[in-house]
Amino acid sequence: MATVTGIPEAISGKSKREVLERAVIRFCGDSGDGMQITGNQFTNTAALYGNDLATFPDYPAEIRAPAGTLPGVSGFQVQFSSSDIYTPGDAVDALVAMNPAALKMNIADLRANGILIVNTDNFGEKDLKKAQVTVNPLEDHSLDGYRVFPVELTRLTRVALQDLGLDTKSMDRCKNFFALGMCYWLYNRPMDSTHRWLDDKFKGKAVLLAEANKLAMKAGYSYCEATEAFQISYEIPPAKLSPGTYRNLSGNQALALGFVTAAQKAGLTLFQGSYPITPASDILHELSSYKDFGVITFQAEDEIAAITSAIGAAYAGGLAITTTSGPGMALKTEAMGLAITIEIPLVICDIQRGGPSTGLPTKTEQADLLQALFGRNSEAPIPVLAASTPSDCFWVAFEACRIAIKYMVPVIILSDGYLANGAEPWRIPEMSEIPEIPVKFASDPVGFLPYKRDPQTLARPWAIPGTPGLEHRIGGLEKQDVTGNINYEPLNHEHMVRLRAAKVEAIAQEIPETVPAGDPDGDLLILGWGSTYGPITAALNTARARGARIGHVHLRYLNPLPRNLGEILSRYRQVLVPEMNMGQLLWVIRAKYLVDAIGYNKIQGRPFKQSEIEAKIEELLEMPGADAGRTFDN
Amino acid sequence: MATMTLPPLTKKDFQTDQEVRWCPGCGDYAILSAVQMVFPELGIPREKFVVISGIGCSSRFPYYMNTFGFHTIHGRAPAVATGVKLMNPDLEVWVATGDGDALSIGGNHTIHMLRRNVGLKVLLFNNRIYGLTKGQFSPTSEFGKKSKSTPFGSNDRPFNPISLAIGSEATFVARSVDVFQQHLKDTLRSAAAHRGSAFVEILQNCNIFNDGAWTDVTEKEARSENVVMLEHGKPLIFGKNRDKGIRLIGFDLEVVQLGNGITEKDLLIHDEHHPRPSYAFLLSHMELRPGFPTPIGVLRSWDNVPRYEDVSARQIEAVIAKRGKGDIAKLLRTGDTWTVQ
Repeated sequence: MATVTGIPEAISGKSKREVLERAVIRFCGDSGDGMQITGNQFTNTAALYGNDLATFPDYPAEIRAPAGTLPGVSGFQVQFSSSDIYTPGDAVDALVAMNPAALKMNIADLRANGILIVNTDNFGEKDLKKAQVTVNPLEDHSLDGYRVFPVELTRLTRVALQDLGLDTKSMDRCKNFFALGMCYWLYNRPMDSTHRWLDDKFKGKAVLLAEANKLAMKAGYSYCEATEAFQISYEIPPAKLSPGTYRNLSGNQALALGFVTAAQKAGLTLFQGSYPITPASDILHELSSYKDFGVITFQAEDEIAAITSAIGAAYAGGLAITTTSGPGMALKTEAMGLAITIEIPLVICDIQRGGPSTGLPTKTEQADLLQALFGRNSEAPIPVLAASTPSDCFWVAFEACRIAIKYMVPVIILSDGYLANGAEPWRIPEMSEIPEIPVKFASDPVGFLPYKRDPQTLARPWAIPGTPGLEHRIGGLEKQDVTGNINYEPLNHEHMVRLRAAKVEAIAQEIPETVPAGDPDGDLLILGWGSTYGPITAALNTARARGARIGHVHLRYLNPLPRNLGEILSRYRQVLVPEMNMGQLLWVIRAKYLVDAIGYNKIQGRPFKQSEIEAKIEELLEMPGADAGRTFDN
Repeated sequence: MATMTLPPLTKKDFQTDQEVRWCPGCGDYAILSAVQMVFPELGIPREKFVVISGIGCSSRFPYYMNTFGFHTIHGRAPAVATGVKLMNPDLEVWVATGDGDALSIGGNHTIHMLRRNVGLKVLLFNNRIYGLTKGQFSPTSEFGKKSKSTPFGSNDRPFNPISLAIGSEATFVARSVDVFQQHLKDTLRSAAAHRGSAFVEILQNCNIFNDGAWTDVTEKEARSENVVMLEHGKPLIFGKNRDKGIRLIGFDLEVVQLGNGITEKDLLIHDEHHPRPSYAFLLSHMELRPGFPTPIGVLRSWDNVPRYEDVSARQIEAVIAKRGKGDIAKLLRTGDTWTVQ
């Protein structure tokens, strides 16, 4: 019954299997259609199969925009591969569109001759109107360049579930699993991990729903088998990852795990002060479930109480963190200044999103680098670290805690919406691979002074309330070095301002020197930070394979910068700084190193595509256009 | 370590070497003195005390107390203190704040700290003016108040701090006066004995920018007519000749003259442990009405609500009892994993 367009005659007939290196699938539908769950299930199955993978969930800020409308479209893209990959993929090989709105919003990303599965039951006149489509795209030949599989997903799901005694609404909620079953068939995937997930999710009274979803999934799978709809199915063999035990990990999960691990390695109680904000809230959800690790989570009355409660907890001897996104960062700035001047350890996590103001709550942007570096009154330096991939968030969280404790400073972590929700396989480290974090609370009253510093790190003692003989006063007023007494003397203030800056700058001493990826010198250095790591790396590899001499430095430490960065910049003819902002790192680099670096900026709430960076490299190096056959998409 | 008997602490043990920098004649001196006298009586080791403040004249308080002290930022002391208490419930944490600090810029933190019932003692120095910024009206200044920022009079209707605290589900609410030293110390002792949030409004005179704001309450002549001293289990009587009382009439209060058949038995008997906050709320509004006195004393003391920090700690204990102590190596391996050889 499926009509097939664009499949060569030769392979029609019996279904056959083709081995591919990689594939990109995108599930898209209404935000109530369960596309995120569907995508996550496919991802998990691919991970367990041993593929390398990268995901890109893309969902609207509205919880449930009117069903079927353009603002309500939710999508989940996953690239899975038998070789190393760095991005969720530029062009989509298989697109599942649950309604006309989803089709309209996503079709441009489907590659020529790509697979398109559409739920024809949602293409009635009303559905088209909601999507602001006048002519049914299934009938106007606009999809002729794709392999279209129109499937009555809703009706077929109802048929499959008719004996369960569910109401229509509940049956219709399972149609995403019918689509998932089809994709499992298409890519020759087992369904057992999704079975396990369903059993775990729907327990007790809800067990019928587990059954229903399994049946729907099975029906989708069998439908492909029975109708030979696709004629062809694909196989993406496992990737050759380095030995170890792996799991799939998103950026926000990784941060939560990194913090709880750091607390354990430091022998401290983890305290999180937080106020719900997209896309950071998952860190709070995650940590609030770790009560068995003694984690104290405090959902505060506002962003300011979130950070100030964390300051109180740090003052009292906890490993304190606060997690937020751009607008929350803005609200926390005064308190960050307090943390700087009282010199206590604190980690501030900014999961960046598009701005200004409320901006694009669910979309990614490298929005807040300059805010993190400079967004406070007066001279208020803070070390800033940025994670480059979802699993890197684990190590960045750990490193931020280590620095905060060692130097008695607040530290900012920059992640973003893309890293927060995106996932990749992570080799789980052994506990022995993770270093201890030494902590020393002051205890000896003899000679104790609250601002008497460690000569190496310039850290002041961590003297927590409850310690006999160490009673002392601290606060936001300028203080005399060593004694901590209030002091407004001109020279003391200058001394303290310089000292707080020197303390942060001193961290550069122990930051490893940066080694560029790719060529150690040459025509072009690509300098990046944060979540652009994936597309830059992928583009670098293709450009180098074509003979370009390019290096790549991806900064984890944005303050202080690696001490050899200036020297590295001088080794290349040109420096390109791709950023998902107006050029914030660019501004810093040009100011600090007087280098005529070139910005490449995308401010669309979406990550760079590999092809976009490749094209920029070609332009700068005046390389001939890419090989024929390579597809550019929008 | 063997238990040692240390000499009892004295007021001197709670004084610092820092020069006190309030204006001469400021009501804050009297409050500082009362606190320094009460702390040594509490039988708590000095290192357990933490005094936390925001910004304003009152918030200089920690510098003059020889305890752990933290002078934070404007309005945020209750939030900082909540973090301290969650991290270490054993600490004895006192917050020093003012009418601007606690009720204006920090109003949000004050109400949420109270509704959570964090085990903090809050001393709100209410002088009805911004002193440190030199004389603007505050959220407790009277309607029409002429101040530096309201030369033609303030258009703001004020907060009643006691009503606000009761409305925020505070479990201990009291009011005292800077110059009522004995009463102030008694009130501080009662606050110290309370386990949950203890909110104490202290009427305090700013002799520079709002001198005489509380003379109705403090002047010997006027005091007896304008103040009713609340004592648990005692009738609400006031007046120079102690001949006036407060009587309950329906859902309201009325002032009655004793005599002519009205006796003490007809009067409202103060019950600071009244289970309903509405009782204390009714009392807190008296002073806004002509002919009614200002209540001084403990309006509400209801210690049947667990402290926030204890609830938090018990929840952690309960989860550990159920799941066992967390194992990081296992946690990292949560969910589906696979092994590459």
